[in-house]
Amino acid sequence: METFLGLDYPTLWFLVVGALFSGYGILDGFDLGAGAMHLFIKGDKNRRIALNAVGPVWDGNEVWLVIGGGTLFAGFPVFYATLFSAMYIPFMLFIMFIILRAISIEFRSKEEMKWWRTMWDISYSISSGMIAFLLGVVLGNVLKGFPLDENYEAIDPHLTMFLNPFSILVGLTTLALMMMHGAIYLTLKTEGRLFDKVVKMLEKCMIGFIVMFGILSVFTLIFQPHLAERFKDHPSLFFLPLTAILAIANIPRLARKKKYMQAFIFSSLTFSLLLILVAVQLFPNLLIASNDPNNSITIYNAAASQKGLGLMLTIAAIGTPLVLAYTFIVYKIFWGKVKLDEHSY
Amino acid sequence: MDVEILSRIQFAFTVSFHYIYPPLSIGIGLMLVISEGLFLKTKDQRYEVLTRFWVKIFALTFGIGVATGIVMEFEFGTNWATYSRYVGDIFGSALAAEGIFAFALESSFLGILLFGWNKVSPKVHFMSTVGVFFGSMFSAIWIVVANSWQQTPAGYKIVGEGMEARAEITDFWEMVFNPSSVERILHVWVGAFLAGAFLFISVHAYYLVRDRHQEISKLGIKLGLIAATLFSFVQLFLGHMSADGVAENQPAKLAAFEGHYYTDHSADLYLFGWVDQESKEVYGVKVPGGLAFLTQFNFDAKVEGLDAFPEDEIPTQINAVFQFYHLMVGIGMMLIGLSVLGTFYWFRGTLFQQKWLLWTFVFAVILPQLANQFGWFAAEMGRQPWVVYGLLRTSDALSKAVQADQVLFSLIMFTFIYTLLFILFIYLLNKKIKHGPSDTHLIDHRPHQQGINDFFSE
Repeated sequence: METFLGLDYPTLWFLVVGALFSGYGILDGFDLGAGAMHLFIKGDKNRRIALNAVGPVWDGNEVWLVIGGGTLFAGFPVFYATLFSAMYIPFMLFIMFIILRAISIEFRSKEEMKWWRTMWDISYSISSGMIAFLLGVVLGNVLKGFPLDENYEAIDPHLTMFLNPFSILVGLTTLALMMMHGAIYLTLKTEGRLFDKVVKMLEKCMIGFIVMFGILSVFTLIFQPHLAERFKDHPSLFFLPLTAILAIANIPRLARKKKYMQAFIFSSLTFSLLLILVAVQLFPNLLIASNDPNNSITIYNAAASQKGLGLMLTIAAIGTPLVLAYTFIVYKIFWGKVKLDEHSY
Repeated sequence: MDVEILSRIQFAFTVSFHYIYPPLSIGIGLMLVISEGLFLKTKDQRYEVLTRFWVKIFALTFGIGVATGIVMEFEFGTNWATYSRYVGDIFGSALAAEGIFAFALESSFLGILLFGWNKVSPKVHFMSTVGVFFGSMFSAIWIVVANSWQQTPAGYKIVGEGMEARAEITDFWEMVFNPSSVERILHVWVGAFLAGAFLFISVHAYYLVRDRHQEISKLGIKLGLIAATLFSFVQLFLGHMSADGVAENQPAKLAAFEGHYYTDHSADLYLFGWVDQESKEVYGVKVPGGLAFLTQFNFDAKVEGLDAFPEDEIPTQINAVFQFYHLMVGIGMMLIGLSVLGTFYWFRGTLFQQKWLLWTFVFAVILPQLANQFGWFAAEMGRQPWVVYGLLRTSDALSKAVQADQVLFSLIMFTFIYTLLFILFIYLLNKKIKHGPSDTHLIDHRPHQQGINDFFSE
């Protein structure tokens, strides 16, 4: 098997996918989170400011999902096919909320009527929250695994199977993390009374996330012990969950000191660290067959060909600096507090 | 109904709906590059008013295009799992390239294009417009490459057997430049330019007959007419190239286009007609030997008919394929006629008095849209029963884990949400057009002094 820097191609691509979803979580995370708390912001002008805080960037952020999905499809087609066809209904609902959210952002401020704006505010907020939640539900089911046959096809998948307590908990924790992340983002984009209001909401969001994270951790240790085995076998890896906990603990500390930019960096780090935890727990599996470990989908049996992966790695190596450059430029241009003008949503 | 037909209907429906928007984004994108470029060059404020107005329309089409585009990527996995496993290795690099080179470019600079008027200098703004336009063009490249690979596979090898079989990439450039991709990309691009140009013409023709925004609209309709005339002729040539490619690479599809059942010399070309699938006869107006001439420049040449292929390797809906293909060609001819007529009156200086022609232009906006849709219908239905020509059957490409009632649920969901989306789109488009470009003196907040250098050193 061909290697680069001592890592084989499927492992490298696994890292690429992980990095992309981590980038997606950080970027779309704050606009989904800000969307989920939209209804708690009162007053039309305040809501417009909150909406326009994400206005110029949400579309670019969502592209990370398209690219992340594309890299999964491209690098691990077997995993992509099995996961998406097994979780048919959750993914269809996910798509529906993605479309509904785009419509809501686009249409909300196009009419003055109060009922019109309230209607789109509600659908924007609910769809943002549901997207965050469903992302977590999918992640939860991937972590938990489900029955697979020897051709790596799901055995008799049905909706209730995917709405298990563990996955719902992961969904709620994802939602809470994104709401906290979104609240921190809004502190950077707002001023005056709206800013004060957002600061209060941020406090509640931080408490909410830390509570959810605690419940999820305990639940995992009791009911999903297989997810902790890697750490029992390799105690040296314990620094990872420890770092994650320290990063999370640092967020309220920084928020109290009003260092919101730093708090934002640490909540971004939280996304990355939690995904690294997930990756360490899973590797080299992508989807554990709960009936027979031999049927588990791994990065090796799901991977595209060596040639294909080599090509994609080349494309990623050329393209990544470009993507980072575009993202940097756009954020630099729209840096600072939101000012509504004639082009705003 | 079974999973196969429901999944096919769902994919056809979602992709057709999606395809209303990308051609408009590409086409309006081109017009924006032209008008904003002219503004920078001439400093004529009218071009800026025109650009600002069309950016608003562009925003609407682009947003819906992105949201409805994610659907297909997901559907590959949800509804067509076997297909995804089969083509994953091939599409992988094309999709990765699309995401990284095209999508990231267009979506990032979209923010500046829409919201950056007062944040960046006119030059940086123009560069963003060009970035978004190029991004949408690149995006079309990779999607059409992937689809063309399904029509004319190249640069691959088959690994495994039976249901385990899958295609693996052996040569990236051979895959990218498979026999049909170049001509199909060009055909799709120009189809999109025409969609944009005719929307441009339609809106400005509407203002002219309604006696509003005269000055801007006279300018706009002329820009639109230049693009429409140029590209409708180019499309005639590209369409011919595409059909030539089909004749060479997918003879069964060509035979279906023309309802050409029996292999014979001097095959006919139908201008329009009706295929009786029972008796395998075509009734209509034909050019004797026309098909033979167009494909081989010889009225007497032999063209393979549908009888040259096994019964289970040709499309079942010959009449539908025939009609879609002929409608596309017919509309293409109408676009040439309309553009030439418009240009003719423009040069005689009486274009703005021809109310009937202006009204025709108002409604002609639907024509390139229909041609784009029908062209894809013909291309995709003509490929059946294959999803990957000669390699993988559509009926084998399904997800095994999905049941019919699930697909029925999602199909109803899409019908509902897309109906809502379409009504809102038309409503807001109409509203924006009624509102029109701002004729009042522009309140200019643009940072004229701020060049790209200051922006980076800020």
